[in-house]
Amino acid sequence: MSGELSTILDHIEKIGELDLEGVAPTSHVIEVENVLRPDEPRPSIPRERALEQAPDTVEGGFRVPSPGT
Amino acid sequence: MTELLELSAARAAELVRAGEVSAGELFALYRDRARADELNAFLWVADETPDPPAADAPLGGVPLAVKDLFCVEGVPSMAASRILEGYRPPYTATAVERLVSAGAPVLGKTNMDEFAMGSSNENSGFGPVRNPWDRDRVPGGSSGGSAAAVAAGLAPWAIGTDTGGSIRQPASLCGIVGMKPTYGAVSRYGMIAFASSLDQCGPLTRDVTDAALLLKHMVGRDRCDSTSLEFPEPIELPTEERLDGVRFGVPPELTGEGVEAGVREVFDRTVALVEELGGTVEEIALPHSPHGIAAYYVLAPAEASANLARYDGVRYGPRARNGDLLSLYEETRANGFGAEVKRRIMLGTYALSSGYYEAYYGRAQRVRTKIADDFRNAFQRVDLVLTPTSPTVAFKLGERVHDPLAMYLSDYCTVPMPLAGIPAISIPGGLSEGLPVGIQVAGPAFSENRILTAAFALEQAIGFERRPFDDV
Repeated sequence: MSGELSTILDHIEKIGELDLEGVAPTSHVIEVENVLRPDEPRPSIPRERALEQAPDTVEGGFRVPSPGT
Repeated sequence: MTELLELSAARAAELVRAGEVSAGELFALYRDRARADELNAFLWVADETPDPPAADAPLGGVPLAVKDLFCVEGVPSMAASRILEGYRPPYTATAVERLVSAGAPVLGKTNMDEFAMGSSNENSGFGPVRNPWDRDRVPGGSSGGSAAAVAAGLAPWAIGTDTGGSIRQPASLCGIVGMKPTYGAVSRYGMIAFASSLDQCGPLTRDVTDAALLLKHMVGRDRCDSTSLEFPEPIELPTEERLDGVRFGVPPELTGEGVEAGVREVFDRTVALVEELGGTVEEIALPHSPHGIAAYYVLAPAEASANLARYDGVRYGPRARNGDLLSLYEETRANGFGAEVKRRIMLGTYALSSGYYEAYYGRAQRVRTKIADDFRNAFQRVDLVLTPTSPTVAFKLGERVHDPLAMYLSDYCTVPMPLAGIPAISIPGGLSEGLPVGIQVAGPAFSENRILTAAFALEQAIGFERRPFDDV
């Protein structure tokens, strides 16, 4: 695994060759404006349904072992 | 029955609406074929026959194969990962919901690279998919099951997802049509997240008309995905067979070095066809595209490392049951994730770690800006960009498994488009050594209709002969 990761990182290092001075970073690629909507409550998935797939539940929540001390 | 199988999805939908074909018979035909699947393309096939479609349902009851990355209520949805084995979501992805409402019932869930990470489908937690053209070869990935199912006539059409090429590359390797829409064109709600700033879902189909019809009923804003957008115009079914006045750009960066000779030959023939059909071809520069793979393998793993943190054995999926909470997390992940997913989580967390963030993630985001600028400049001069979809034809199973970088480079020609957020299609251009070669047509954001129109004209002129469907 470590050999493979090194090969990949060597390739990734190539972005270090570029002159990126003054270039703005892109996090969202399509130009959009923020859109607001009224904060109206609407029905969501019932709790029992949301818990159905959990490996373990207790008192309407997910049950996990103690995180220890 | 054989005649039904030969119908394109759009034609089948038309005949169902005209009362000449029964939707139930159509569903049964494909269900039987999907059940007899020898390619490992399906992870689950529907057993109940859906209610007949409404008389005016535009998709006419034509069954749809759905990549396992999409949540479908009550149906196994595992992203082909052992960490979600047996998971049946309590809700359905918007894209699937829309297609089902338009009259395309879910036929089955298709195999894929685990969490959509891969270009060969060999990273599935449920075994590799085989390419119907040559079963010793990969179908491409990550939407390999969807592509193989359509190419083998196990499904009339399918949907997949594309983050760095995961619709277009398998479509290319299997000799079918695959389209990645503009980022935000289709809702990502209920689509299990890999790299959220790049992921888009789209159609994999037998022909361009089917792709247009499916896409038409997928696009649009969804209140559950704040990055989804109202598509500015309806998607039209293409009819124009000429390319008069359409300006194509060919970037040497994505058509030269690394593209194998047989692929280049098919590509050159396509360029000649463009001119015969009345289009023009000129060279354009995409100077930063060669850095696409490097930038992508910083951004996508970084986003994935955050998105995949939720698979910890607490809320869904199998749980390792030993010791305290920390060992529960560790063992659940160690058992549940495959090697490639682990590799990407490590790459991603490394790239985001304090002290490395600017050198990796920050720089990669700037490369992304340069790649998008290159396309913006190109589209000042041309309407569309033409490249091969994959630098090679389908490779042998096992050939690139132990060389992740070689595997990553399979997406060399397809990675720049999602980095720029722009749409692109792959259509079959011909054969090399008896295996399909895909041609990619890309355009500016929201130019889906322009791309589909040009792809349709090329498709008519190419006259690609698909692989005959096997009897099952």
